[in-house]
Amino acid sequence: MTPERDPPFRPMAVLLPLRPREPEPLPRVTTRHGLLFVTAVLLIATVAHAQAPDAPAAAPAAEALTQAPATALTVIIKWLPLLMKGFLFNILISVLAMALGTVAGLMLGLAQISQHRWLRQFAWVTTQFFRNAPWLVLLFFAMFMIPYQFTVFGYVIPFPDWVKAIIGFGLPVMANVAELLRGAIRSIPNGQWEAAESLAFSRNKTLWLIILPQCVKRMLPPWMNLYSLITMATVMANLVGVSEMLTLTAEVHAAEGGRPELLAPLYGFAMLCFFIYCWPIDRATQYLERRFHVKT
Amino acid sequence: MKAPIGAPAAAPWTPDQPIVSIRSVRKSFGALEVLKDVSFDVRKGEVVCIIGPSGSGKSTLIRCINALVPIDQGSILVENQEVNDPALDKLMLRRKVGMVFQQYNLFPHKTALQNVMMAPIQVLKQNKAEVEERARSLLAKVRLTGKENSYPGELSGGQQQRVAIARSLAMRPDIMLFDEVTAALDPETVKEVLVTIRELAEEGMTCILVTHEMKFAREIADHIYFTDRGVIVEHGPPEEFFANAKDERTRAFLGQIL
Ligand SMILES: Nc1ncnc2c1ncn2[C@@H]1O[C@H](COP(=O)(O)OP(=O)(O)O)[C@@H](O)[C@H]1O
Ligand SMILES: [Mg+2]
Repeated sequence: MTPERDPPFRPMAVLLPLRPREPEPLPRVTTRHGLLFVTAVLLIATVAHAQAPDAPAAAPAAEALTQAPATALTVIIKWLPLLMKGFLFNILISVLAMALGTVAGLMLGLAQISQHRWLRQFAWVTTQFFRNAPWLVLLFFAMFMIPYQFTVFGYVIPFPDWVKAIIGFGLPVMANVAELLRGAIRSIPNGQWEAAESLAFSRNKTLWLIILPQCVKRMLPPWMNLYSLITMATVMANLVGVSEMLTLTAEVHAAEGGRPELLAPLYGFAMLCFFIYCWPIDRATQYLERRFHVKT
Repeated sequence: MKAPIGAPAAAPWTPDQPIVSIRSVRKSFGALEVLKDVSFDVRKGEVVCIIGPSGSGKSTLIRCINALVPIDQGSILVENQEVNDPALDKLMLRRKVGMVFQQYNLFPHKTALQNVMMAPIQVLKQNKAEVEERARSLLAKVRLTGKENSYPGELSGGQQQRVAIARSLAMRPDIMLFDEVTAALDPETVKEVLVTIRELAEEGMTCILVTHEMKFAREIADHIYFTDRGVIVEHGPPEEFFANAKDERTRAFLGQIL
């Protein structure tokens, strides 16, 4: 028993002097974005198609004689396995970054409400730092600050670029999840803590049995939205040389002679893949949001 | 804020002594002095009502009794144990003192039955089957048979408040604190909660109530305390208190509310 006479922990009271601003909502992916996106893809594809007939004329005569240039569709079908492999790689990076970031973020979020002052402050600064850094900067940060391998007890643990990319994307996930958790905990009415306290629950029991279970529901929709955003952001990994879908799309384009009329269909296809993957997640997010809103 | 230096080890409590003894309690929130030298005793089985204008410190006072709010000065003894003694086992205190809140504060992710069972199982580590049996009979006692598996969100305010009472009773407290437990209820459901409290009081439960239900207070209370701005202005048995309030502030308050 510590001779501490401070009032028992209350999430509000702890944060009273600082009162950090409410976590800002992440940009929301909405159905409207989706529709705009589809329209854009269709437009681009149409334009590309309209340009296509001109292409052979512009192409060198010799090439035009030997073979008719492949249409966009045949190019995509031809390279489909490779492009899909790239896309799966994006998914892999996003899933692992999300898993890593979520675990780290939950710990960081809990540290933010710790009773140890220094731990709380450290967690707060860490969260603020990673939350307010551009994702691309964090990606570069992870790429160039982390060595390509670690030696632990004589074992060499390699850190290839894609692992570093996972860490790079995991960092903003971590900070955002930490903030989501802190916001969710804060949104639980103080009366829950008081009721638990009056029933002789310890602080830890209150947190794990009463507060956190209520947070799951509140965190799920924004967490899914975060996943959507991270998935779409994984294409940034092409800037640091990871062979993800966008990198491969560029390579395919080059392999097909860099014909400008292929640009729009190829990148449009990449966009479509992401859209098909992220859109249902977004719909589910909105559904859950509505459902939870009605229920609680 | 230290416990009185050299305070004698608490003598075992005997029923002829006050079960709650409040002496010269002071409490400030920052510069705001909310309790200024409050003293009173509650005997076992007694029903005490605290009334007074809002902001007069009633909630703070009642929360001090189960150490939800630490006091600055004075002493609060519950069964001869100093509530603010840092060495006091808070678990023991909170087993003895149950509390019901204005906003019910049920755990929304648990059913009515689970709400009642949670503390005895998780905190007191009691046998689950026994606790469940007791929880069911407590819910029956507050007339909620059939609502065991309902979530708080599916219950009316009055039903939720009765679950909250059952939840407190599941810890088998010696004293119950009620902080304006009907203030958030629809007028139709106020009565069902008051009936429950009355039954408890009739069974001999020691009750300390903060309430605005004057008629109820008059019927149920053994003693009434009127507080204003952190002091007990006037007190007495209900007949006397309501019949001839002497203080100007009491009369003004009663005049407003009756
Ligand atoms: N935790 C707190 N921090 C700061 N001020 C508080 C706190 N709790 C109560 N107060 C203040 O103390 C005063 C008395 O409050 P309270 O005990 O709730 O009165 P009542 O229950 O009689 O309406 C009010 O002015 C209130 O704003
Ligand atoms: Mg009050």
